[in-house]
Amino acid sequence: MIALLIRDLRLAVRAGGGFGLGLAFYLILVALVAFGVGPEGALQARIAPGVLWVGALLACLLSLDRIFALDREDGTLELLATAPLPMEGIVLVKALAHWLSTALPLVVAAPLLGLMLSLPGPGYPWLFLSLLIGTPALSVIGTFGAALTVGIKRGGLLLSLIVLPLYVPVLIFGAEVARRGAAGLDLQQPLLVLAGISCGTLALLPFASAAVLRVNLR
Amino acid sequence: MSSLWEYANPKKFIETAQRVLPWVAGLSVICLVGGLAWGFFFTPDDYRQGSTVKIIYLHVPAALMAINAWLMMLLASLVWLIRRHHVSALAARAAAPVGAVMTVIALATGAIWGQPMWGTWWVWDPRLTSFLILFLFYLGYIALWAAVEDDDTAADLTSILCMVGSVFALLSRYAVNFWNQGLHQGASVMRAGALAGDTQERVSNVFAVPLFVCIAGFVLLFVALVLLRTQTEIRARRMRALMARERMG
Repeated sequence: MIALLIRDLRLAVRAGGGFGLGLAFYLILVALVAFGVGPEGALQARIAPGVLWVGALLACLLSLDRIFALDREDGTLELLATAPLPMEGIVLVKALAHWLSTALPLVVAAPLLGLMLSLPGPGYPWLFLSLLIGTPALSVIGTFGAALTVGIKRGGLLLSLIVLPLYVPVLIFGAEVARRGAAGLDLQQPLLVLAGISCGTLALLPFASAAVLRVNLR
Repeated sequence: MSSLWEYANPKKFIETAQRVLPWVAGLSVICLVGGLAWGFFFTPDDYRQGSTVKIIYLHVPAALMAINAWLMMLLASLVWLIRRHHVSALAARAAAPVGAVMTVIALATGAIWGQPMWGTWWVWDPRLTSFLILFLFYLGYIALWAAVEDDDTAADLTSILCMVGSVFALLSRYAVNFWNQGLHQGASVMRAGALAGDTQERVSNVFAVPLFVCIAGFVLLFVALVLLRTQTEIRARRMRALMARERMG
């Protein structure tokens, strides 16, 4: 499992296109929002938590179809399926690799981009924390979507149509934590629910993803 | 001793469906025409909402069926996953567009009612938002069916998506509730938006009885459409099989 994780990470870093792309996309998206709503600081500060969350979510989405598609093309996925490793484990490792290579840089960069959108001071730790807790769920849900659409040619659009509605609860609670944090309100409840969703998806969704992968490899 | 599973046989299913379909369709037309006419022309106007209240006869049944269609798809998906009956998978496939249309009807009638009553076509009310999300789930489900070429693979994938989607749809329902409370607290518009809740407590029998007739009509309409569409799916698949055999031979 660790070997697979290291392999996936190495591929993500060296193959190019995947690693920095998400970050660059995130940066551009935030800049575009700033251009779109105008340079007024107060307005930006109000929408910053939501924009940063939506941006992170879309940047995550961008690299989802790479999770299984490349391995499927060169036959690695079939080999992995016959390896003495449960499919659930493979799915989980894939999700973890996606999180480390795509989501974690976004989480680290988010406070910096918050600076650009003049996020209020108390918001930074909560933005960071909410993304740190919420993005694993995004990766796991995304892995499910990627497993679902792996057999479909040009499945990218379908993947986003399926995955984005599944992202709704995570987005709602994650952005709520960041917003309340920025406003200095009590945020224990949404934070706990967000953590609950993350744990729940991490525990349960790999089974669905593995089942779907088995169907697709049949 | 006949059991429910006999209808898993496509031939038996089509035979029975053909026998039942005219009755169901006829009853549905009677209920719909009767209920709607009763509701539209023979009930008094609400003292505050005027005649706009009458959209309830379309809105509430459509909203009910939008949710129940998804439940039916979930059940059919489970039957497919557990017992591998093809008719069940095809019934789920047949129900999805019907459910999606019901969702659109509920959203559209709600918007048409909301414009004069709330002064806006759309608010991010929990109910409205969760219906929008439900509609997106329907779209994803239908698109996945259309995208996968192999029939059995498509049935498996969509069944699992339906199960996962059900969990997430429920989760979204409560998330959206929470989200909106965070924004508008205790707005009176939102309380009026709890239409279905109000029907049980407040709507007098003058309105409620034709409403139940309409609901019965919508349920029957849904059953009729699903039966018809499932038959079509079975026949289409049989035709494809025959054509494939012809090309082989």
